[in-house]
Amino acid sequence: MSQITANAPVRVDSPARRILRQFMEDPVAVIGLILFVVIAALAIAAPWIAPQNPYDLTQLDIMDSALPPGEVSFGTGQTYWLGTDRQGRDMLSGILYGLRISLLVASVSLGLAITIGTIVGVTAAYFGGRLDSFIMRIVDLQLSFPAILIALILLALLGRGVDKVILALVIVQWAYYARTVRSSAIVERRKDYIDAARCLALSDRRIMFRHLLPNCVPPLIVVATVQIAQAIALEATLSFLGVGVPITEPSLGLLIANGYDYLLSGVYWISLFPGIALVVTIVAINLVGDRLRDVLNPRLQK
Amino acid sequence: MIVYLVRRLGQSLLAIMAMAVLVFAGVYAIGNPVDVLINPEATQAEIAATMQRLGLDRPLYEQFGIFVKNALQGDLGSSFVYGRPALDIILERLPATMELALVALVLSVAIGIPLGVWAGLRPDSIAGRTIMGGSILGFSLPNFWQGMLLILVFAVILGWLPAGGRGETTEFLGLQVSFLTWDGLTHLILPAINLALFKMSLIIRLARANTREVSLQDYVKFARAKGLSGRRVVMVHILKNIMIPVVTIIGLELGSMVAFAIVTETVFAWPGMGKLLIDSINLLDRPVIVAYLMLTVLIIVSINLLVDVIYSLLDPRIRLSEMKG
Repeated sequence: MSQITANAPVRVDSPARRILRQFMEDPVAVIGLILFVVIAALAIAAPWIAPQNPYDLTQLDIMDSALPPGEVSFGTGQTYWLGTDRQGRDMLSGILYGLRISLLVASVSLGLAITIGTIVGVTAAYFGGRLDSFIMRIVDLQLSFPAILIALILLALLGRGVDKVILALVIVQWAYYARTVRSSAIVERRKDYIDAARCLALSDRRIMFRHLLPNCVPPLIVVATVQIAQAIALEATLSFLGVGVPITEPSLGLLIANGYDYLLSGVYWISLFPGIALVVTIVAINLVGDRLRDVLNPRLQK
Repeated sequence: MIVYLVRRLGQSLLAIMAMAVLVFAGVYAIGNPVDVLINPEATQAEIAATMQRLGLDRPLYEQFGIFVKNALQGDLGSSFVYGRPALDIILERLPATMELALVALVLSVAIGIPLGVWAGLRPDSIAGRTIMGGSILGFSLPNFWQGMLLILVFAVILGWLPAGGRGETTEFLGLQVSFLTWDGLTHLILPAINLALFKMSLIIRLARANTREVSLQDYVKFARAKGLSGRRVVMVHILKNIMIPVVTIIGLELGSMVAFAIVTETVFAWPGMGKLLIDSINLLDRPVIVAYLMLTVLIIVSINLLVDVIYSLLDPRIRLSEMKG
């Protein structure tokens, strides 16, 4: 056994292993990744680790209204490390629950938008011709309008709601994925292995999704990391403007909006801390995304 | 050239039609148009009269025809809140938004290009890295959050500038503008910076990347070898050549400024049409929402068309490749 391994040629890393190793070479990106994992874990674990359930009105004490950070509750004696809002809600708990909604909206819309965009993009590239130019016309048309405007139109017509925000984000984002997948698939389609698959008389669907698609994944990952940060920011903006998530399920953006009116009177913590949580999340994802772009870019590979 | 113009004009009309269909579908098909277009406090007789005027008792395709015909005549319904034609109310707010967008554009160019060139000339210096880091933040952080920080620092903590509103306005070329009075100017600075930050970051990145590329060209090396002053090399040889892509981006992003102004106007209570849109959404004043959307789409499409046409006049390669494609 040991003889075989000794005689084996130079060990070749699998692509995933190589990407992981190169990714780890940049300490800033690793910090970003760790931050993001911690944030995601906090968001998922919110109901178990938050000091109180901020939406259970029986746990709130109006006496604790708008306490600055570090104050102790008059009733229960618990310490509010990040202060409380007007209803006496612990901001730390509010932020943990808010993160949960922000990340939920962003990741569900990301998943749906990638699925739709990928199917449309691969189909357009594989069949080409009129279908391709028709689909790309729609994509170009949509991308010529700012994302925030399209999302606002939809939400102004549909009304508030977590499901509606997700729908709006999917409609805004699918076009980016469709364009990305199509542009890499159109290059891949001309390669020999696709011709070979055709000669085997494999079905179109099988060639599209088993042969073509896996080779279009790297640029998709890069666009996805950029887009998920964009999705979180856009959702926060929409909720801040009052057209996003409902008051009963506040995301970080809505928490910031709730505290906004008190900002001018010096009660800064209701807005500032959710804002910091939002910013740290977005920056962490961007750090990861920047590094992934370098690692996955074939032009930078030796 | 004529072929290109006709083609491009056709695309623009298609974009406007597509948006009209979307808005129409949203208002007429998804919701009940009686709820959407008629004031909930109207009497039964008023409802019947409005339904007849808007043709809501007719089939859907006829309704769409009426909607388009009215829209072409500038009739996009009357506001529930103000009781006046929705388009008039929006046009009254248009100058405030345009002033904000133009000042923000000037700021983003005047600050963005020098910073980008500086960072491009010395990419590894501390200043260069700081500028790039700042532009990444300006790029990725939500606009409303940047605006809130500006208010917190400059209005609440330092107390130098007012936190919102438009301040005193004065007449200029028949329009009410803020930037000519001291009070108006102090109100204008923070929102304009807020709106400018995103574009500024974009311009910095673009100017930096192009400066790095251009500085390696032979003609720049030759200019330096001739003994020209560093100032002249940068101002003439580098700046002229990076302006082509920068100007394109500025043109294309001008339209989206109007849309981004929605956020800035809401944060700073700037009385433009973006704030009007958000207020109307909250008050369910739907005719104003519809009118805003149609007008904004028209503005964005027109700007894009204008930029493309000017650009194709300057650079013949574009219309040639368009004609082939």
